[in-house]
Amino acid sequence: MREFTHRLKGMLHAHPRAVGAALILLALLLPWLLPSSYLRGIAVRIVLYMLFATGLNVTNGYGGQFNIGFAGFMCVGAYTAGILATSGQIPFIPALIAAGLVAAFFGFLISLPTSRLSGMYLSIVTMGFSEIIRIIVLNWSGLTGGPLGIKNIPRPSFFGLEIKTPVGFYYLALALLLIALFCVYRLIHSRVGRAWISIRENPDAASSLGVNIRLYKAINFMVSAFIAGMGGTFMAFYYRYLATDMFMIDNGHEVLAMVVLGGMGTMTGPMLGSLVINLVTEAFRFASDFRLVAYAVLIIVMMWVRPQGLAGASNSILASQRADKKKQPEKREKT
Amino acid sequence: MTILEGKSVSKHFSGLKAVDQVDMKVDEGEIFGIIGPNGAGKTTFFNLCSGTYPVTSGEIWLEGKNITGKHPEEIAHLGLARTFQNIKLFTQMTVAENIAIGFHIRTKTNIFDAITRNRRFREDEAYIARKTDEILERLGLSEYKHYKAANLSYGMQRKVEIARTMALEPKILLLDEPAAGMNPMETQELSEFVRKLNDDGYTIVVIEHDMKFIMNLCDRILVLNYGRKICEGVPEEIKRNREVQEAYFGKGLAAGNAVKVEGEETLA
Repeated sequence: MREFTHRLKGMLHAHPRAVGAALILLALLLPWLLPSSYLRGIAVRIVLYMLFATGLNVTNGYGGQFNIGFAGFMCVGAYTAGILATSGQIPFIPALIAAGLVAAFFGFLISLPTSRLSGMYLSIVTMGFSEIIRIIVLNWSGLTGGPLGIKNIPRPSFFGLEIKTPVGFYYLALALLLIALFCVYRLIHSRVGRAWISIRENPDAASSLGVNIRLYKAINFMVSAFIAGMGGTFMAFYYRYLATDMFMIDNGHEVLAMVVLGGMGTMTGPMLGSLVINLVTEAFRFASDFRLVAYAVLIIVMMWVRPQGLAGASNSILASQRADKKKQPEKREKT
Repeated sequence: MTILEGKSVSKHFSGLKAVDQVDMKVDEGEIFGIIGPNGAGKTTFFNLCSGTYPVTSGEIWLEGKNITGKHPEEIAHLGLARTFQNIKLFTQMTVAENIAIGFHIRTKTNIFDAITRNRRFREDEAYIARKTDEILERLGLSEYKHYKAANLSYGMQRKVEIARTMALEPKILLLDEPAAGMNPMETQELSEFVRKLNDDGYTIVVIEHDMKFIMNLCDRILVLNYGRKICEGVPEEIKRNREVQEAYFGKGLAAGNAVKVEGEETLA
């Protein structure tokens, strides 16, 4: 097994472009390889959650800010798009941009207390934010339809071509995912991403080097929220119906589980996380709510065995914590 | 010309006067030392100068600008760089990546430049790559460029931390106990290294416990004890100063003979 993963890793390092191209090709052909529309629906869900997880990874993985209320941003994005599409007849792309910007604005608001809060305290704020948003949306019936939700969201159409099949939605989600990955990748490998990572690794050193921590944390949250808004827009147009129970805090935790499981602070981690968690969800569908136990066990095992996640970032503090942990059992053997 | 000036700077942590009405004037181009027994308030004073803590009272001026109450990143922009007593490198990154972060204020790429990879992005990245090599070359660290910072020796990590501050192109450099935990060889090497930096035109303020290091290196020295300034001057004056001797060796030794303690004779 170990040898296999090593060989896999070696292959990835030797031919990153070839492996990437092969994966993208596989992703493009996937809907034609899946026999039923039920499976294609799962594929859409996997890609959608890859998008969400990529967004959450920006804060939790690269920014070092542990957001546990991601559902709040998803909710803001989805409802913005839903409202614009139903009452304003706004097409998909403008709605997407508007939803992203509105979500980013909320991301900015959440980043304001981060100048004073960090770690657990910030996490609690994000959790509170997520629930507050949901409750406001639930009660603001005039705008959001309240408990009835938003119904009959029109299907997205591009150049007169309406998207209605799972295959069509799959490609739409894939396009959004690739755009998000492209942008995040380029951001991470730039001055902005370096500033984020420096804040994550050592905030004191970062500020002594002239990195404006508040500003870069705000940008970090805004980028993450924008991607949540993109995903939310897709949800609105895909399900054609929105209700607040789609954005319970658990839904945010699900995305969080994907990021943690896949590997915070890596590009591929959220992809793996979404794949694994969604497949587990489907495999344990018979167990209904007991699936949540399966998630919990998965996360605990993961934290124990491989805290940096499946994809694992070797250049983060998580990896060094793991290295420290590794030393302990050796000591135990000696005594 | 005065480059960094503290005007009766105080920092009180509720009742504790960690730094109390300290005046300091650092001239351009000199190596200025700050010494004092443990807990004298040296590092706190550094933290006040670099903006890590807000002052309780007093003012700090950098190059004729009042920087009192400014954030660390603003002060870094104005040309003050520092290192930390407990080295704060980005340990999981390579030496080159550490230095790349140092170029933050010298480059301007924003998120749109980064996503589009436009001209500004490419120019910034090329600038960083070129300048990083230059700094590594100058400090003799070229061969460690791709080493992970955590894997370097202690002395080497200190050097990388200083190299990282070079990227800021600072006017004044604050070194907090650079020789701590170094063996005599490394300390000697560091001493030469700091002198070389000074020859290159950097004004340097250094906190250190190693007296040989500081007396050989510094042009002028400030002595703190219990948060108060007790003396300032050239190394020779400091060595002769009675108060300094008392602070370090106790009143008895400084007076040349042990003070008689009551009941000592009976014990003997």
